[in-house]
Amino acid sequence: MSALPRPVGVRPDARKSAALARPIAVLAAPEFAVLALDQGSGTASVPVVAVGDPVRLGTLVARPAAPDSVSLHAPVSGRVRAIEQRPLVHGDGLCVVIENDGAERLDTAVRPVGWNGLAGPELLERLHEAGIAGLGGAAFPAGVKLAAARTADVSMLLLNGAECEPWICCDDALMRERAADVVLGAQVMLAASGADSCVVAIEDDKPEAVAAMTTAIDAAGDARITLRALPAVYPLGAERQLIDAVTGREVPHDRLPPAIGVVCQNVGTAAAVARWVRTGWPAIARIVTVTGSGVAEPANVEARIGTTVAQLVAACGGYCGEPLSLIAGGAMTGRALGTDAAPVTKGLACVVAATASDLSPRGPERPCIRCGDCSAACPAYLLPQQLHRAALVDDEAGLARLGLADCIECGCCDYVCPSGIPLVERFRAAKARKLERDIDRLRAEEARGRHERHLRRLAAEAEAERRAFDEARRRARPADPG
Amino acid sequence: MTPVEFRTFPAPHVVGGYTVPRVMYQVLVALLPVAMAHVYVYGPGLVLQLAVAAATALLCEAAALRLRHWDASLPLRDGSVLVTAALLALCVPPGLPLWLTALGVAFAVLLAKHAYGGLGQNPFNPAMVGYVVLLVSFPAAMTSWPEPGPPWDAITGATALDALRTGLRQSYTMEELRAGPAFGTIGGAGAEWINVAALAGGAWLLARRVIRWHIPAAMLAGLAAPAALAHALDPGAHAGAAFHLATGATMLGAFFIATDPVSAATSDRGRLVYGAAIGLLTWIIRTWGSYPDGVAFAVLIANAFVPLIDRYTVPRIHGHARE
Repeated sequence: MSALPRPVGVRPDARKSAALARPIAVLAAPEFAVLALDQGSGTASVPVVAVGDPVRLGTLVARPAAPDSVSLHAPVSGRVRAIEQRPLVHGDGLCVVIENDGAERLDTAVRPVGWNGLAGPELLERLHEAGIAGLGGAAFPAGVKLAAARTADVSMLLLNGAECEPWICCDDALMRERAADVVLGAQVMLAASGADSCVVAIEDDKPEAVAAMTTAIDAAGDARITLRALPAVYPLGAERQLIDAVTGREVPHDRLPPAIGVVCQNVGTAAAVARWVRTGWPAIARIVTVTGSGVAEPANVEARIGTTVAQLVAACGGYCGEPLSLIAGGAMTGRALGTDAAPVTKGLACVVAATASDLSPRGPERPCIRCGDCSAACPAYLLPQQLHRAALVDDEAGLARLGLADCIECGCCDYVCPSGIPLVERFRAAKARKLERDIDRLRAEEARGRHERHLRRLAAEAEAERRAFDEARRRARPADPG
Repeated sequence: MTPVEFRTFPAPHVVGGYTVPRVMYQVLVALLPVAMAHVYVYGPGLVLQLAVAAATALLCEAAALRLRHWDASLPLRDGSVLVTAALLALCVPPGLPLWLTALGVAFAVLLAKHAYGGLGQNPFNPAMVGYVVLLVSFPAAMTSWPEPGPPWDAITGATALDALRTGLRQSYTMEELRAGPAFGTIGGAGAEWINVAALAGGAWLLARRVIRWHIPAAMLAGLAAPAALAHALDPGAHAGAAFHLATGATMLGAFFIATDPVSAATSDRGRLVYGAAIGLLTWIIRTWGSYPDGVAFAVLIANAFVPLIDRYTVPRIHGHARE
């Protein structure tokens, strides 16, 4: 193994202690569960229920429409009341709204999974059907990712417990309180992926989680599973950065982790897998950190998918002070929400009701002084300063050469920029413009192709007509007396 | 239940609190020991120079911003123009006629900075442009430094670099020159204290992470290495590394002038190349040039190479093979 690289990034104030002061609170199921068809991965699932249908807890409600969407199951028992647009974390989207009858009747399919007796491919299939998605934030179907890992014959399952972003601490709370679940989930995912070792990576600012996980791993007596404490540097929990920090190897920019024999899953996902094999519960609940100075009693709460953010906050004592901004996610990459009506999805790890004291407003934007602090902080080893210059004039070739596509939008450059330049925002806009241009280019190519085919057809038709005419004339000639 | 409304901002929602004014004012604070050593060695002339330079700089900045129809309140308070003024004032002889100081600062701010687009846009270090304009236009006034004190008297004498250059050409040996009044313990008499002060200020900037180590380290190495080599080969004709490090504007250049980020290379590797180039050029100009000190010219020449250096030192991106 080559020498491990020094993690690159920033060390913002962690702000996790408030929510960690209380144990995980299990929330009662909501009166209405709002199931977003897009759980955060970017592709909506297709509903398989109609308005008025009765559902039980764990009944399949929507099936995946693409490799990056997941199965959705009813998080409550009751009746489908609506399939309509609702505000979501990422803009409005179609949701299945289920009215809870309070009976908590289980679907017949919900029963413990004898995973030990299942062959890898079948286990993967079942895991995918259970709607297990990456709970770290991306909400990518775990079954699909593990299947790709099995195909690529990976050797290492990397469980991400780094949780590097300020405010988010749902994984920390989980590892402290339910370490055995994480270990069981790791064993199931080892079986599913065919990997022969599992490394649980945790940042060393979480000594309680490290201790609890060490105890649980020892108790399981599974030599395949080891723990690795890593320095707490944001964004170490980003997949490619974490793999680099643990293995000393970089995932090629145009490939996925299985290309170097690694598959990465979040510790929360492992715990969801454990619950699924123990009880048969599909992915219908998750732990969400509810924190910020604008929340009366910050805590980590276990909520059913489809509980609204407003209900999460209410369960934590409601708003207090003057919450200015409501952030879905952490301080560095979280998305500021317009309202608290959005429902919990599989990808929602944290909700922050931030008051003015939580937010450090950027100073007024000044010209870039080329100080280079941004490149020193960039975990992708980019030159944000030069990228920014290229982005301002939309220099497509320059942006490509400087690695716009490799920007992970972690926000480190913004964090250190003395000129207060919203770099990540500009890079996102540049990426969007690039996408638009690529689509335009494809369309133009298609149109050109169509036009050329059209011209060829016209030419062929004209040629055929001319031949037919010549033929007819030749045929007519013998009869001609001349 | 009516949903509560919130204000939305793009991520990230927290920043580190670094600002351009904070950077600039920390640089000014770090210049204090240099200014104190300067006053100790050359007398209080510097105070007047600083006052005139700062006033002229603020005036020129305000005028330029007004001409460009910019809101002057932010740029005037960012401290950048004061850093330019302070550096120029520290580089000129303390007895320089004040109108010359004002002229140099005006060139620096109006031509070198604002004619190119203002803060962040200037390819050449403004303070060094101002200094060089004065040096080539008024060489006599710009090179008449008082004898280092205390006591401070009005007699002007050759600086160590002057004495070295002319002395060597007149076939004096290093030992003879070393015994002369212009030389101190290791570097130039008096100037070595200013260099020590600049080193201290620079170390503080490094510790505060206002500057990073690449440029100063590379520049000092780029100067010390050829000096040491030449001295080893021919000790009678070349001063050693220690002399060059403790003489002239070496430390001020390494920690305060070459580190001006706007006109420097941007990547770590680029900065190593850039710094080393300044060090080497400084030594070359000091050894064979017609001006005694080479830092200002070396910085400006290296500035001109920055776009080229940047072009060839783009770092390897994570997940990409080394090109």
